[in-house]
Amino acid sequence: MAQDGIGASTKRREDYRFLKGIGKYTDDINQPNQTYCYFLRSPVAHAKIGKVDLSVAKSAPGVVAIFTAADLEAVGGVPCGWLITGKNAQPMKEPKHPILAAGKVRHVGDPVVAVIAESLNAAKNAADLVSIDYQELPAIIDMRTAQTKGGEPVHTEATDNMCFDWEFGDKAATDAAFAKAAHVTKIDLVNQRLVANAMEPRAAVGVYEIGTDEHTLFTTSQNPHVIRLLMGAFVLSIPEHKLRVVAPDVGGGFGSKIFHYAEEAFVTWAAKKVGRPIKWTAERSESFVSDAHGRDHVTHAELAIDANGKMLALRCDTFANMGAYLSTFAPVVPTWLHGTLLAGQYAYPAIYVNVKAMFTNTVPVDAYRGAGRPEATYIIERIVSKAARELKLDQAEFRRMNFIRKDQFPYQTPVALVYDVGDYEASMQAALKLGDYAGFPARKAASAAKGMMRGIGVCSYIEACGIAPSSLVGALGARAGLYEAATVRVNPTGSVSVMTGSHSHGQGHETTFAQVVASKLGIPAENVNIIHGDTDKIPFGMGTYGSRSLAVGGSAIVGALNKIIDKGKKIAAHLLEASEGDIEFKDGAYTVKGTDKKKTFGEIALTAYVPHKYPIDTVEPGLEETSFYDPKNFTYPAGTYICEVEIDPRTGTTVITSFVAADDFGNIINPMIVEGQVHGGLVQGIGQAMLEGAIYNDKGQLVTGSYMDYCMPRADDVPSFKVVTTVTPCTHNPLGVKGCGEAGAIGSTPAVINAICDALDIDNIEMPATPERVWRAAHAKTMKAAE
Amino acid sequence: MYAFDYVRPASLADAVKALGASEENRPLAGGQTLIPTMKQRLAMPATLIDLAGIAELKGVRRDGNAIVIGAMTTHADVAGNADVKAAIPALAALAGGIGDPHVRNSGTIGGSVANNDPAADYPAAVLALNATIITTTREIPADSYFTGMFKTALQPGELIKAIRFPIGAKAAYSKFEQRASRYALVGVFVAHTGAGVRVAVTGSGAGGVFRSAPLEAALAKGFSVDALKGAVVPSTGLLSDIHGSAEYRASVIPVIAERAVAAAR
Ligand SMILES: Cc1cc2nc3c(=O)[nH]c(=O)nc-3n(C[C@H](O)[C@H](O)[C@H](O)COP(=O)(O)OP(=O)(O)OC[C@H]3O[C@@H](n4cnc5c(N)ncnc54)[C@H](O)[C@@H]3O)c2cc1C
Repeated sequence: MAQDGIGASTKRREDYRFLKGIGKYTDDINQPNQTYCYFLRSPVAHAKIGKVDLSVAKSAPGVVAIFTAADLEAVGGVPCGWLITGKNAQPMKEPKHPILAAGKVRHVGDPVVAVIAESLNAAKNAADLVSIDYQELPAIIDMRTAQTKGGEPVHTEATDNMCFDWEFGDKAATDAAFAKAAHVTKIDLVNQRLVANAMEPRAAVGVYEIGTDEHTLFTTSQNPHVIRLLMGAFVLSIPEHKLRVVAPDVGGGFGSKIFHYAEEAFVTWAAKKVGRPIKWTAERSESFVSDAHGRDHVTHAELAIDANGKMLALRCDTFANMGAYLSTFAPVVPTWLHGTLLAGQYAYPAIYVNVKAMFTNTVPVDAYRGAGRPEATYIIERIVSKAARELKLDQAEFRRMNFIRKDQFPYQTPVALVYDVGDYEASMQAALKLGDYAGFPARKAASAAKGMMRGIGVCSYIEACGIAPSSLVGALGARAGLYEAATVRVNPTGSVSVMTGSHSHGQGHETTFAQVVASKLGIPAENVNIIHGDTDKIPFGMGTYGSRSLAVGGSAIVGALNKIIDKGKKIAAHLLEASEGDIEFKDGAYTVKGTDKKKTFGEIALTAYVPHKYPIDTVEPGLEETSFYDPKNFTYPAGTYICEVEIDPRTGTTVITSFVAADDFGNIINPMIVEGQVHGGLVQGIGQAMLEGAIYNDKGQLVTGSYMDYCMPRADDVPSFKVVTTVTPCTHNPLGVKGCGEAGAIGSTPAVINAICDALDIDNIEMPATPERVWRAAHAKTMKAAE
Repeated sequence: MYAFDYVRPASLADAVKALGASEENRPLAGGQTLIPTMKQRLAMPATLIDLAGIAELKGVRRDGNAIVIGAMTTHADVAGNADVKAAIPALAALAGGIGDPHVRNSGTIGGSVANNDPAADYPAAVLALNATIITTTREIPADSYFTGMFKTALQPGELIKAIRFPIGAKAAYSKFEQRASRYALVGVFVAHTGAGVRVAVTGSGAGGVFRSAPLEAALAKGFSVDALKGAVVPSTGLLSDIHGSAEYRASVIPVIAERAVAAAR
C-alpha cells in the first residue's frame, strides 16, 4: 500500500509555505521596469459622466499614462459566460460591460479613470487631480421596485431594469397539487447580499514582450484558462498562443475569483500600450466595491401538503439582483443552479419556480460559495421547518416522512436532475444521534430556568457539484464546456508531475491529488508534484468552482493514470517476456500472473525513457498521458445539519451551543481536509445567518464598506463543530467522490435560522439575525405574553 | 498616504515646540487610529511628531491615593501592570479587552483619550472614575474634558502627559460589543465611592461618552443589581446605526450596567 494514499489524513503540504508566509501570490510578483495602476472609481451609484479633465493629473510627478473609456473604444466589454433564455424564448438582456465606465457610471466603485505611474502613491496623487463632472441620476437600488420605479434605467437595453424573467418546472401540475392540498405553508425570505472577502484581495500584473508579441497576465483567479479564453477571445482579441495567464498562489476565492474582471483585462491591454509591466492590487475597501458580491435574492415560496403530511408541491417567486452589470456566471446562479435544486431531499412531485433577474446600481452579483444552491436550500429548509411548526410535527420527523428513500435511486426529480445515489435517512440518523436530539427538551428546560431561550434547528440539504455534462450545460446556455483535463508526466526516475486544470486556492489539491496518484501508482505521495495555475504549463482546463475539483479534475487525473498504467503493462510485458494480458499492476509493481516475476513502477519508468530493451515497434518511448474527463452527471452531496442556540432575550445575544454536521460526500481521499472544508463552509454559512450582510442606502452607497461595519465571522463566534460522514459512493465517476467544498455553507444557514426561530417560537427572522433583530422578536413575544 | 515629515523628539518640550510649529502637525502615539486614517487619505498631517521617544510619557506610577498612567503607556502595559491590577482592577480589565493583541501592544491610553472615539473604552473609565487629564498646560477634570464625538477640551498644541485615576472606588466595566468592529456597542463603567456612584456609558451616546443620570440615581439608592431593576434609560441622545437603534441601545444599557455592578469590586 502506498503511504499517504487515499484515506490518509495527511497534513497539507502547501501549508508549509502558507503558514510561513513564503507563498507566492500575485502581489509578490514584480517585473523589471514595472509601473503601478490605480483605478479612480465612481463615488456615486448612478450618474452621467460629464467632462473628465485629466490635464492637471497628466503632468503630475511620476505619471506614465492615464486612460479613460475613450481610449478603449476598440476593446470589447467584459463578457458573460452564460445565456439564459426566459419566458417566451426571450434571451436575457446583455448590455455591454465596458472595461472603464463609458458615458455613465452604474455603481459606486465603477472604474472610470486608470492612472499608471512610477509608484502607487504617485498614481493616487495624480488621481486626486482628475476632475470628473458627475451628473447624478436617481439610483435604482431595491430590486423589488426596480421594474416600476421609472426614471433612467441602469441600461437603456433594459428599460424596465429586468435582465430576464425565467420560469422552470411544471406550472399546471404545481397548481393542481395546490388545489388539492390540505395545508399550504407560505414564507417570504430575503437571502441577503454578501461580500466574499477572500483573505487575499484581487490583484493583476500585465506584461507584454515586444520581442515575441506575447502577453502574460498574472492574476488572482480560480481558473486561468477561463480567463485566457474570455479575455483573449472577447475582450482583447489576443490569440491563445500569444496569451499566457498565470494564477499563482491564490488566497481564497469562494467564487469571487472565478469571474473575468475589468481590471485584469485593463492591465493586460495597457501593458502593451505603455510598453511596461503594470501591477494593480486591490485595497480592502476597493474589494468591497469591486469584487462580485453573492446571494441577494428575495423570494416568496409556498408549499402544498396533503392531509397525511406528505409534501405535494413547491412554488417560488424570486427576485435575483444582478447588480449593475452581468458578471461572468451571474445569470446561471439564480436559474439552473437554483431552480433545479428545489426538490431538496424530498419526494414531492411538482415544482414551479419563477425568477426575475434585475439590474440595479449596485456591485455585480455572481456565484459565491454554493452559488444558487444555498439560496434554494434556504427556501426549502426554511419552509419545511415552518410547515412542521404549523402542522405541529417534529421538524426532523416531518423531513423523514418526505425523504426520497434509499431504494428510489436513481431518482428523477421534477426539476430535471437525476440524483444517482444517496441515503438521507442515514445522515439524518447520524446527526440526530451526534446532536443528542432526544435530549433537547431537557436542555431547553434548563435554559428556561436561567431565563434563556433555547432552540434547535434541522437542515437536510442537497447540492449538486461538478456542473456537467458539457452537452447538458450547453443546452442550458453555457458558453463553455465543463470538463476537466490532466496530464500525468512520469519522470525518468519514477517521480510524477501532474498538470491539472483544477486550481487550488485553499482547498489543498496539492495534497489530495498527490494522495490519489500515490494510491493508483503505489508510490509515496512525496514523489508526486501537483502543478496548476499556469496556462503555459497545464492542459486546457476549466478550473475550480462548484466543488468540482476532485469529482471532475480528480477523475481526469485517474483517466491519465489509467493510461500510464496500461502503457506500463506493455513495457512490462516486453521486459518480463510475458503476454500483456498476463501482466498485473498492484502496489507499485508489475507482475506476471501466477509467477514471482516482477518489475517495479520505477523500473518501467526508467525503461520508458531509456528504451534500450523496449517494444519500440509498438510502443512510443516516454511515459506521459493526458486525459480529459467530461462527467456523466452532477454529483449530489447531501446531509443533515443540526444547530442548537441559546438566546439571552434581554440583549438578543445568540450563542450557538452546538453544531452537528453529517455529510455524505461519497468516498473520501483525505478526511482531515474534508473536515476542514466543512468547518470553513459552516463558518461562512453561520456568518450569513448571524453576522454578515452588505447594506446599501437608497443613494447606492455601500454602508458596510469595511470590517468596522461588515461583520466577518471570527473563531469565537462559532462552537467546536461535531462532524461525521456517511458514505454512498458516487456511481458515475472513477473515485466515487462527490465534492465537499460548498456543503457547509449551503446547509448551515437554514439550520441556524431554524434554531433561532425555534428558540423564539416565531415563523421567521431576517438575516443576519443580529442581536437587535433577535431582541425585537423576543421582546415582541414577552410583550404579547404580558397582554 | 500623502507624503509627510516625521520627527521623534526626545523631550516633551521639543515635542510641544514641534507641534506648535504648524497647525498641520499632529502628534503620533500608537498610530492605531491615526495611521489607518492617513492610509485612507482622510488625514494629511504635515509633520508627525512621534511621542514614542519621550521617556516621561511612559509607564504607571502610584502617587498617593491615585494611579498615574503616562499618555504613551500601551493598553497591554496597563492591562498587565501590577499596581493597576491591585488598585483599580476594573481599569486593567478594561485595557485588556481593547481590540486585539496587536492593537493592545501598540495603542496607548493617551491616544485613545485624545481621540475620544464615541465607542472607545477608556473614556468610560476616565469619566466614571472621575480621573484627571494632565496636559502640558493644565489639569482637566473628566467632567469637563469630553466635549462631544471625537471632541475634547484639548487645545491646539496641547498634549496629554498622563491621566490620574483616584483609587478607592468599587468598580467594573462591562462591554457589549458591536459585532463587526468589536468596539463597544454599549460599554458601561460603574464606580462606587464614598462620594457617590458614577456611571459612564460609551458606544451609545450621539455626543460620545456620557454619564447616565437615571442609572446613577438608581444605584445611589443602593449599589446592587436589584437597585437597577426597573431603571429606564431614555433613547433620546443615543446613537442609531446599522448595529443598533437608539431604542435597542437604551434597552441594553441597563442590562450591561447590571453586569458591571455584579462584577464590581
Ligand atoms: C483593529 C482595532 C481595534 C480596536 N478596538 C478598540 C476597542 O475595542 N476599544 C477601544 O477603545 N479602542 C479600540 N481601538 C483603538 C485603539 O485603542 C487605538 O489605539 C486608540 O484609539 C488610539 O490610540 P493610539 O495610541 O493608537 O493613538 P494614535 O492613533 O497615534 O493617535 C490618535 C489621535 O490622538 C492624538 N494623540 C495621540 N497621543 C496624544 C497625546 N499624548 N496628546 C494629544 N493628542 C494625542 C493623535 O494626534 C491622533 O489624533 C482599536 C483599533 C484598531 C486598529
